[in-house]
Amino acid sequence: MKRFYQRAFKDILENQFLTMISIITIALSILIASSFALFFVNVGDLFSHWQKGIRMMIYLKADTSEAVRLDTQLRLQSIAGVHDAVYISKNDAMQRLKGQMQHHSALLENLKENPLPEAFELTLQPQTRNSEDLRFLAERIQNLPAVAEVEYGRQWIQRFSSVVDLFTLAGYAIGGLFFMATVFIVANTIRLVLYSRREEIEIMRLVGATDRFIKIPFYLEGMIQGGAGTLVGLGLLYLGYFFLTRNFESGMAGGLLTVRFFSAGICAAIIGGGAVIGWLGCWVSLKQFLKS
Amino acid sequence: MNEASSDAIIRMFHVHKRYGGKSALKDLTLDIFKNEFVFVTGRSGAGKTTLLKLLYLGEPVSEGQVLVDGVNLSRIDRHRIPDLRRKFGIIFQDYKLIPTKTVYENVALVLEAAGRKPNLIPKKVRSVLRTVGMEDRMGALPQSLSGGEQQRVAVARAAVGDPKIILADEPTGSLDEESAGVIMDFLDTFHTRGATVIIATHDKDLLERSRTRIVNLREGRVGSIEPNGCGNR
Ligand SMILES: Nc1ncnc2c1ncn2[C@@H]1O[C@H](COP(=O)(O)OP(=O)(O)OP(=O)(O)O)[C@@H](O)[C@H]1O
Ligand SMILES: [Mg+2]
Repeated sequence: MKRFYQRAFKDILENQFLTMISIITIALSILIASSFALFFVNVGDLFSHWQKGIRMMIYLKADTSEAVRLDTQLRLQSIAGVHDAVYISKNDAMQRLKGQMQHHSALLENLKENPLPEAFELTLQPQTRNSEDLRFLAERIQNLPAVAEVEYGRQWIQRFSSVVDLFTLAGYAIGGLFFMATVFIVANTIRLVLYSRREEIEIMRLVGATDRFIKIPFYLEGMIQGGAGTLVGLGLLYLGYFFLTRNFESGMAGGLLTVRFFSAGICAAIIGGGAVIGWLGCWVSLKQFLKS
Repeated sequence: MNEASSDAIIRMFHVHKRYGGKSALKDLTLDIFKNEFVFVTGRSGAGKTTLLKLLYLGEPVSEGQVLVDGVNLSRIDRHRIPDLRRKFGIIFQDYKLIPTKTVYENVALVLEAAGRKPNLIPKKVRSVLRTVGMEDRMGALPQSLSGGEQQRVAVARAAVGDPKIILADEPTGSLDEESAGVIMDFLDTFHTRGATVIIATHDKDLLERSRTRIVNLREGRVGSIEPNGCGNR
């Protein structure tokens, strides 16, 4: 195996220009594709962060007795997907409202009677935080006798999640496109190398070399190109990420959100994927070439 | 002919070879025996190189049958072709050295391709190069060698794998008498050790000194076979 690596490296050295071109092109496509991926990862983060904040407000009818209210609370808590139901009395509600309307609290002072309804604030378990389940849950709760109204940001969630779905789809399409483009780039480079080596390959065959013996260094070469190109592309992306976040982090969402990079595991997987791409590209051109 | 030739290592039956519409070999029937030393001769264009090519499947036959060491070449599996070629050590008329590899690498390639143990390769390559007098040029690229030196490297490459059969296409074409003598002695040693040697040449000196069978090709046919000296039949 060692001599196969030696042959592969020798080949790369002898075709430095071709190899460099190939690695740079791979790096650029990986850079573009993985910037999209990184964008989606962070949008997804943002989305799930917002979803975590999703609460459901259950307003009770005005004349609900304490017994009925406690019974309703128990029922709410026992519904699958509900994490907790916290009681908010008329007074609590007024305090909150005052907190939110600090500058206009005088308006509220003049009220003779508290007009706000009693309510439960529902926090949800993570798996319930999609628009389908939310709608279903809301309908169920609406049917409880003491419940006057159920409120949550239904439409907003629906719209946002369909936008995210669309982006994800576009992401896959772009990823697939770049995948094929990269395979094509490697295939072309290897084809050129094969072409410049055709005399040598022919001689090797004449002295009894098997196709396998001839192919292995080219596969290694393809994988090295794919892996190296991906490494460079990811490196560039990281540089871009590093400078962008350093300059803009403070300005973004009050430090609430941090934009993150791929985890080490994902990076390794992407580089491995690059090597697989190199292998595939090589396979494509060798298949054509060795037929003759 | 030759019904009692069970020890034939190469058998050609009614072989025709055409390039496009042009006939290079016509109805050639020939047996070559194990450990025989044969010359194939004839004028330029008579089909000497073509005959050798048919043996290692450098070209397919157009008609007829070729058997090498019991293997029928028209029925050989694609994957067995490398095995077939390793039975031969071939000295090509145009040497066919790989221009980007050194003398050493060109010769070592045969052993690497045959999957020999890597630690045994350097010693073997060196000793073969010493025999042809090229040991001190091991690191040189073919383009920096003279024609005769390249030819000697080609001989070394053909011999290094200890093949059963040596095919030599004008192995002394670019050599002075003395170097030619060295190469012929070298091929003789192989013959003595049990290899079958087939030499295509129109070198009169070589033919005159030989005491072995000479197959004379004339316009793609066997013109005559001279059972010089120790004929095998
Ligand atoms: N690849 C080819 N395509 C077409 N014609 C060919 C090819 N190879 C050989 N020929 C023709 O076949 C005939 C025999 O060629 P071959 O090379 O076998 O001759 P040769 O006896 O080796 O000649 P020389 O002594 O000059 O090497 C020639 O007429 C040649 O032109
Ligand atoms: Mg010839």
